[in-house]
Amino acid sequence: MIGRRAALAAAVVGGLAVLGPLLPAYPLTLITQALIFGILAMSLDVLLGYTGLPSLGQAAYFGVAAYAVALLATERQVGLVGCAAAGIGLAAVTAAVFGVVAIRARGTYFLMITLALGMVMWGLAFRWVSLTKGDNGIAGVPRPEMGALSLNAPLPFFYFTLVAAALSWALLGLLVISPFGLGLKGIRGSESRMAALGYNVWLHKYLAFVIAGVFAGLAGVLWAYYNGFVGPTDVQLVTSVEALLMTALGGPGTLIGPVLGAGVIVFLKNFVSVYTKRWLLILGAVYIGVILFAPHGIVGALRRARR
Amino acid sequence: MRPDFWIVQTFNGLSYGALLFLLASGLSLIFGVMRIVNMAHGSYFMLGGYLGLTVILRTRSFAMSVVAATVAIALIGMAMERYFLQRLRGQDLGQVLMTIGFALIFQDLALLLWGGDPYSLPVPAALSGSARLGGIVFPIYRVFIVGVAVAVGLGLWLLLDRTRAGAMIRAAVDDGEMAQGVGINVPRLSLAVFGLGSALAALGGVIGAGFLGVYPGADFEVLPYAFVVVIVGGLGSLPGAMVGSLLVGLLDNFGKALFPELAYFTLFAPMALILAIRPTGLFGRA
Repeated sequence: MIGRRAALAAAVVGGLAVLGPLLPAYPLTLITQALIFGILAMSLDVLLGYTGLPSLGQAAYFGVAAYAVALLATERQVGLVGCAAAGIGLAAVTAAVFGVVAIRARGTYFLMITLALGMVMWGLAFRWVSLTKGDNGIAGVPRPEMGALSLNAPLPFFYFTLVAAALSWALLGLLVISPFGLGLKGIRGSESRMAALGYNVWLHKYLAFVIAGVFAGLAGVLWAYYNGFVGPTDVQLVTSVEALLMTALGGPGTLIGPVLGAGVIVFLKNFVSVYTKRWLLILGAVYIGVILFAPHGIVGALRRARR
Repeated sequence: MRPDFWIVQTFNGLSYGALLFLLASGLSLIFGVMRIVNMAHGSYFMLGGYLGLTVILRTRSFAMSVVAATVAIALIGMAMERYFLQRLRGQDLGQVLMTIGFALIFQDLALLLWGGDPYSLPVPAALSGSARLGGIVFPIYRVFIVGVAVAVGLGLWLLLDRTRAGAMIRAAVDDGEMAQGVGINVPRLSLAVFGLGSALAALGGVIGAGFLGVYPGADFEVLPYAFVVVIVGGLGSLPGAMVGSLLVGLLDNFGKALFPELAYFTLFAPMALILAIRPTGLFGRA
């Protein structure tokens, strides 16, 4: 099972790596964007799919990391390693603080609390003008240069993102089949039974929350460099809502599903924006359609079709 | 700081809390009976404001705009409940995602119909002045909001505590299956409660448009406030919604006045504190 999955993973990543130089710049940047949001959606999948915690505030950790990178890169000229460490570290700290509050709550309460906490971060991004420049955001984030290697062109940045996404996939894939990951699945199934078996349910959920924050932070770091601009829209509710849809659309509890879901949403968003400004309308319709017709997502539907 | 500052800010917080009560009491009621977190609840507030605006510009009647907006939004809410949410009974996450889908659609439709400019609702002359009391000026409109919230709170209490329908709602809140078992038509009750909850949100929207204005994104801006109110007060509890609204209204107002850059933190801190002590909120039950 693990061998087959690893082979599939290697084939997908290898295929993308070979395909990269053959593609024109525009589809290449779209795939890069899909991979970044794929990491964000995978981070959410650890919570939603494996632990059964529906978070509606994943953009908070994504956004806090993106802001850290943007501020350090533009105002202090900090390099890639410093920015990435600061961004991911800050995301982890934010998740560690928010987790203490959110993990006490269950089900619906968890959803509402993560939403409210996410709005706190949005409020800071929007109102703390002396730091974040408020609604104007921070523009002109330079892509990293490391000696001879420059990530400025689309292709090197694509490879950089691909490596980050592949690593995230491998690490999270190992996490969910580890004893810890199986503990999370047990909690998703029945919290009281896991507690009765002697598992520290709180600690499992808390660590899952922080780990999800770390990977969302990684996605935020990549996004700041990819987009070159960071603003309150990166932290807003709609971003968390999109991440949740990517995960639900792809198939929660599959890791690869959320990446597929991210791909579908990113391509749909860019495709739709050519013809109409009614993106939210379509996003909402996709939401309702997924719930009614594919409640287990793309991967779930594929698995059912194969049986 | 002068004592005037504290009095005026307390009054402003009180009136904002009154507005939040209209929004949060409906959210809480809906949750109590159906266990649905309605993410479209802020949309009812915003759409109520826009509909009220359109009606008042046509008819010049504030009362008409309140009635038209609440009835229209109640119908929209009931249609949502009847044709979409009832199919997903017992699927918590599915229902939430469904309401998110509606919230996104409502937001975009509002942008399409009313455009991106902010509007303010013209307030009737009788409500637009201000009253002087001990040298301090109180806008009459804000006094009016407090009055409406008190009346609605009283009405809800009478409904829930003193009528047969209220007893049925309370039974459904306590145990929906058992209520169904003793012959209460819970699906029909849910429909009625959903209508009432959305009407209250729309009422808040029309009245709120008189001093906050109505603008794109208002829906997702008020939603977290309503959530924090019910998180603090406890889901499904009317006294919880009252106390929560007052707390959140006051905290938000003082936060914005004293620490404008960190305003949302003044909401976050007490919420964290209350959750640490009582995870189900002040008046909530597990």
